[in-house]
Amino acid sequence: MSSTALVASLRAFLPAEAVLYEAEDLRPYECDGLSAYRQTPLIVALPGTEEEVLRILKVCHAAKTPVVARGAGTGLSGGALPHAHGVLLSLARLKSILEIDPAARTARVQPGVRNLAISEAAMPYGLYYAPDPSSQIACSIGGNVAENSGGVHCLKYGLTVHNILKLRVITIEGEILQIGSDGLDAPGYDLLALMTGSEGMLGIVTEVTVKLIPRPEKAEVVMAAFDDIRKAGDAVANVIAAGIIPAGMEMMDRITTHAVEEFVHAGYNLEAAAILLCESDGTAEEVSEEIRRIDEIMESSGAMEIRASSSEVERLRFWAGRKAAFPAAGRVSPDYYCMDGTIPRSKLSQVLSGIEALSQKYGLRCMNVFHAGDGNLHPLILYDASKPGELELTEEFGEKILHMCVQAGGTITGEHGVGVEKINQMCAQFRPGELEMFHGVKAAFDPEGLLNPGKAVPTLRRCAEHGAMHVRRGEEKFPELPRF
Amino acid sequence: MQPVIDEFTHAIRLSAENRAPLLIRGGGSKDFYGNLGGATGRTGESILETGVYSGTVDYEPTELVVTVRAGTRLADLERELNGCHQMLSFEPPHFSSNTTIGGCVAAGLSGPRRASAGAVRDFVLGVRMLDGKGEDLSFGGQVMKNVAGYDISRLLAGSMGTLGLLLEISLKVMPMPARELTLRMEMDEAEAIEKMNSWAAKPLPVSATCFHGGELTFRLSGAEPAVRAARERLGGEEVMDGTAFWESVREQTHPFFQSGMPLWRLSVKPTTWPLFLPGKQFMEWGGALRWFASEADAPAIRVAAEKAGGHATLFRRNGPSHQADAFHPLPPAMLKIHRRLKEQFDPYHIFNPGRMYAEI
Repeated sequence: MSSTALVASLRAFLPAEAVLYEAEDLRPYECDGLSAYRQTPLIVALPGTEEEVLRILKVCHAAKTPVVARGAGTGLSGGALPHAHGVLLSLARLKSILEIDPAARTARVQPGVRNLAISEAAMPYGLYYAPDPSSQIACSIGGNVAENSGGVHCLKYGLTVHNILKLRVITIEGEILQIGSDGLDAPGYDLLALMTGSEGMLGIVTEVTVKLIPRPEKAEVVMAAFDDIRKAGDAVANVIAAGIIPAGMEMMDRITTHAVEEFVHAGYNLEAAAILLCESDGTAEEVSEEIRRIDEIMESSGAMEIRASSSEVERLRFWAGRKAAFPAAGRVSPDYYCMDGTIPRSKLSQVLSGIEALSQKYGLRCMNVFHAGDGNLHPLILYDASKPGELELTEEFGEKILHMCVQAGGTITGEHGVGVEKINQMCAQFRPGELEMFHGVKAAFDPEGLLNPGKAVPTLRRCAEHGAMHVRRGEEKFPELPRF
Repeated sequence: MQPVIDEFTHAIRLSAENRAPLLIRGGGSKDFYGNLGGATGRTGESILETGVYSGTVDYEPTELVVTVRAGTRLADLERELNGCHQMLSFEPPHFSSNTTIGGCVAAGLSGPRRASAGAVRDFVLGVRMLDGKGEDLSFGGQVMKNVAGYDISRLLAGSMGTLGLLLEISLKVMPMPARELTLRMEMDEAEAIEKMNSWAAKPLPVSATCFHGGELTFRLSGAEPAVRAARERLGGEEVMDGTAFWESVREQTHPFFQSGMPLWRLSVKPTTWPLFLPGKQFMEWGGALRWFASEADAPAIRVAAEKAGGHATLFRRNGPSHQADAFHPLPPAMLKIHRRLKEQFDPYHIFNPGRMYAEI
């Protein structure tokens, strides 16, 4: 179908302002949070109701037109990068909180509702929605479902997949699926898990029922400074070994603390090779007991300085530094590239030394922030896009880091998703049979491959052309994989 | 261990060639669960016993992750975790000393701690499996956060062995609470439902609840001072043999489960008002799980569960006369997705056909 005909079919049931096709109107949608990749779509559709979403999908299905869903556009892997010949389906107008049920501790919301807005709405009942990705002021719950977003508290409170109960999903074939239930489980296969983190490849979410949990009475954070990153890593392991599951446990290396301290003044020890923030939350009794024990463990792990927050103001100041890490990278460097690998914690010092060696080799600085509790590492490679060739070098550096994560028994993406950004690295983490199974799952929901085509799962051909070797856990590369 | 996997692969390929059912069996502790008692009566049907593929692959307590072969006995795994003061916090039932971790994940059943800690699927981090063509595949991993590829590991939890043979499973483990205390108070059902839900909305260390015969029994778990403070706040009489009580709930050895009547499992919205179904009731999970020992018709029970936002499973038939399907029927659009997924994982329909639904 021509774009004019497609516009006409959509205008048949959508108001004029909900169908964009002029170049200047399409521009704001050309990229998501990963701005290195840009593409204007053919059309942007902005449905205001589930019925409109359904009709748009039916039109696109009949016309064999690709559909790319977009929430708030804060994603960091290009998952919402438009398709040149497709419709960009913005769910931003579906932003109603449909129901808060304080007794059952649930909120039923539309996909465009902001993550933080749910917790704000639940506040009067002493409840909140636990996953708190750093973009929570802006990011939408629909996008959180698509990416299985985490946050700094997920070791204790889980990811999106652990905190949702029910979804309404429309398939590209125009069928409505009720996935999950108002109880704690549902009959049949766990499609709730399959949908979560599926990057808009399987269906369009039109309604999400999330769990709300009681706000902890109290939270306190211990800040510990170490003269050696290995000691900091051991301290993390010692906390876990003592049977403590901290609400949050974050590590920053020296280059990061120096970059943030300059403008946040969090009071970090600048002599330290690494800073550890370890938070406890719960009832007043739980917190004071846990903080006492964490304090002891930091001491016996060889911390050079330990400070527990003495007030809420101080707690927030300690955290402000960590939360400012990304903007700080933007201050000390014209551009930065954020990686998102996860590794077993015991491999931390090995991987960090590897990153340091690569940093020397490429002549590019790298800041490391680390969700130490769950092994999710965010190296921020600092570069200057205006220098010819530096972006390419940066990407190569990044790819090497991800391969190192896979080799250490980890993964190429802990929480940002594959999108377009890490599609080649998928070839390093998965073997052809596994990638084929992913395509099979996709085909079960979307046999014609119209939803977000070209994202998340590479074709075997692409892997061969990219020349990426399967690097998992010291295994041999694959003889059956054709190479060109 | 590779020769064992080769044998499994061979068995799968043989069944695939003959289009003959292959019944996956761990310890046989849940033979009663699902349709047909597992057996199909089709020609060429064979049984694949997984118990030979057992043992821990990797366990690093400070990573909170254990990777274990599917044929490992659940009791052995729990003993190993116990040695490091860790546990599977979803408290899966054993039902027999032979039960395996593979069967536990495939059945997807969780115990008393489920409402506060999460279900089996919440703790599955990765799997290694053989699909219906005998291909050796791995999904997920050994780390907490991993969004590379679709979450096939969790899809396999509760799939009743209809999608593939689990070989190895990586699970998140958790520290054992420093202190546990079981308390009991008398009240009626409506009050119990109200109480359990209001407790869940407050930051209290309640780790299990059960209402039966006019008594609400609940367990507090956590640091000593937290348990002490919650006890003072909530009241109730201490139950001296608390551990044994929760064991009887988890393993269904409690007298309620011995009625000899068909046992229905209703998973519903936790705030659902008392359900007036014939027979006897036993409530868990803060009101979200309601067991009925009842001779009522399947449709009546299923309608009641649906009205309560959930579903009903015929958990134990307790007699051959009961012909109803074990699992709650799926709407056509959902069934279509199930059939297509089955087609991808098991194109020759060899794995446990009909055990979950006739169509898969």
